[in-house]
Amino acid sequence: MAALGPAVSSCELRVSASSSRLSRLGTRCCCVRGAAPLSQTPASLSPRPLLASPFLTCPLQNTMKLIILDHYSQASEWAAKYIRNRIIQFHPGPDKYFTLGLPTGSTPLGCYKKLIEYYKNGDLSFKYVKTFNMDEYVGLPREHPESYHSFMWNNFFKHIDIHPENTHILDGNAADLQAECDAFEEKIQAAGGIELFVGGIGPDGHIAFNEPGSSLVSRTRVKTLAMDTILANARFFDGDLAKVPTMALTVGVGTVMDAREVMILITGAHKAFALYKAIEEGVNHMWTVSAFQQHPRTVFVCDEDATLELKVKTVKYFKGLMLVHNKLVDPLYSIKEKETEKSQSSKKPYSD
Amino acid sequence: MRDGKGASRAPVLRFTNCRILRGRRLLREDLWVREGRILDPEKLFFEERLVADQQRDCGGCLLAPGFIDVQINGGFGVDFSQATEDVGSGVALVAQRILSHGVTSFCPTLVTSPPEVYHKVLPQIPVKSGGPHGAGVLGVHLEGPFISREKRGAHPEAYLRSFEANAFHDVLATYGSLDNVRIVTLAPELGRSHEVIRALTARGICVSLGHSVADLQVAEEAVQSGATFITHLFNAMLPFHHRDPGIVGLLTSDRLPPGRHIFYGMISDGIHTNPAALRIAHRAHPQGLVLVTDAVPALGLGNGRHTLGQQEVEVDGLTAYVAGTKTLSGSIAPMDVCIRHFLQATGLGAPGLWGRGEDGHPAVSPEQAAVWSRPWRLRHCTPPSYWDWRSSREPWTLELMQTS
Repeated sequence: MAALGPAVSSCELRVSASSSRLSRLGTRCCCVRGAAPLSQTPASLSPRPLLASPFLTCPLQNTMKLIILDHYSQASEWAAKYIRNRIIQFHPGPDKYFTLGLPTGSTPLGCYKKLIEYYKNGDLSFKYVKTFNMDEYVGLPREHPESYHSFMWNNFFKHIDIHPENTHILDGNAADLQAECDAFEEKIQAAGGIELFVGGIGPDGHIAFNEPGSSLVSRTRVKTLAMDTILANARFFDGDLAKVPTMALTVGVGTVMDAREVMILITGAHKAFALYKAIEEGVNHMWTVSAFQQHPRTVFVCDEDATLELKVKTVKYFKGLMLVHNKLVDPLYSIKEKETEKSQSSKKPYSD
Repeated sequence: MRDGKGASRAPVLRFTNCRILRGRRLLREDLWVREGRILDPEKLFFEERLVADQQRDCGGCLLAPGFIDVQINGGFGVDFSQATEDVGSGVALVAQRILSHGVTSFCPTLVTSPPEVYHKVLPQIPVKSGGPHGAGVLGVHLEGPFISREKRGAHPEAYLRSFEANAFHDVLATYGSLDNVRIVTLAPELGRSHEVIRALTARGICVSLGHSVADLQVAEEAVQSGATFITHLFNAMLPFHHRDPGIVGLLTSDRLPPGRHIFYGMISDGIHTNPAALRIAHRAHPQGLVLVTDAVPALGLGNGRHTLGQQEVEVDGLTAYVAGTKTLSGSIAPMDVCIRHFLQATGLGAPGLWGRGEDGHPAVSPEQAAVWSRPWRLRHCTPPSYWDWRSSREPWTLELMQTS
């Protein structure tokens, strides 16, 4: 998170919101050096040429970005590009690993596919990346096709160059489950904390398996799954509810809040209400993702369908900010080049 | 990409950019091998925390199980039915030479011979694992002498026998020890065959029906007694007749023991079986198909006169006849030629041969494709068991890249 150049004059886009809802969103976002302070209202925001690195956010300022793309594939690609840029700009090395928190489920699959593509093209390496997964079922054998170990292996690890010792997934078959959870917290500490925690959201607004009612300062622990979650997961177990595990080990809300940056992927109309509760209503332990309103750096990446329950004003505002936000993924960096590289896709930010 | 635990650990080899056969499907997956054993890469990753030490790009090839030839009488001048002092080195030579045809396991076959030959030869052909030195010996296939006179084919009439007098004791007296024997071909219409079949299957030996004039009912009863295989379907048996399909009718019989189906060998060298007949058999019962070579010592030697047991054989091109006659006497087409011919005749691609075909029917089921003959428990195709494998290109240009 060190500044990549000389001291920068940052500016703020301050929302002169008439509605209390918008102000709760905390929509002050820092833009990059060189631009004069803007004081327009969201409706009259005009694009200014913005230069160079977008990662010069002032660490003391709250930033919550809502990135809205048209379709799932575009949202996945945007998220993957963001992760790619973050890793490369971090300049990871043998003494400085990039710690990444990872989710499972159907939402991040597109993102994983793009990351694998970047690895295969030689633009990204996971050699100096450490990963920490959010959760794992209790009592499901590791080699079971629906275990999160299998998911991560088949959908991500086997396609990239990450070393197995740099991957960490909770063991749902440990003899002492709570000790396993505590050890996981210690491993995160030992790795220097998580640089970027990528997560999804459940239809009931949960992050990881922090079901409604979970403490917002919780740590990694054993959780009993809510019926909503069991129903949502049944499709992975031949639709048979009896086969779905009822308990899981999960990182706590507090654990994810400790990460230096959080990115939540939310796609599909069935997640729309949860997104609404997460960002347009108050912080509430019944919708645990809402805790991230109070996180210093959060990025919500969505597709159109996921925004169906939001106010038109919110959606329009953030869509208007896409020109600014797209600078986070354009230019797209590559490990092949030391300097900034403009890849093909940067010319068409919404395609591919 | 070493894990730094020290050089004493055996290296892990990863084959990438290939297709492999697993669970009845051809998948685009990498194959992980260590010391000749296939690994479960997920287990390697999460439990041993290791990565591959070496990678090999297979260039999009198919990594297929090695072929198993359950009927091969010799080759390259070696005749398994000759009672010599050093049968072992002959077997080893053939084992080594057939690797280049893609065969990684085989059953040396002995044709009808006098008892002295069996007593001398059988103990010299032990079951042996394969490796880079040569294909593995799974056990001997004894084709005769308990076969039909009318359908003896190239087998010498003088040495045919029956077991009417003492059933299984006659069998033991003829062959001597059955320790190294895996398959016995016999004609089920011979008296007391049921006792013999039961006794043989009780010892784990596969009984195959062949060189026989049995009708369908006799054949079904033999299967009910324990027979599980048919030796070179169509050849040396009564032809299919619509009112009495004979042994060929076993392919679609409804009188087989429940849960069991019959396996049948076919020689698809382009000479022993018309392509239309190949297709009929395959379409009627694809899961039972086993391609065999029935190769003779003349395999790999070219035209001219060679021996087969007690007979002389004349080779001309791809045909081998009993000298001076028009009786077919085994084949000289190597296994890969047989397979290529089969694929061409049936129009199947590699998925059809090894996995699900275009029409959903597997040409040869994977357990048996890998095994090429089911009656005995052989290596299966799922990790982490040992697996014969080799690379090959796309089906229409089936070329053996490498046998390992």
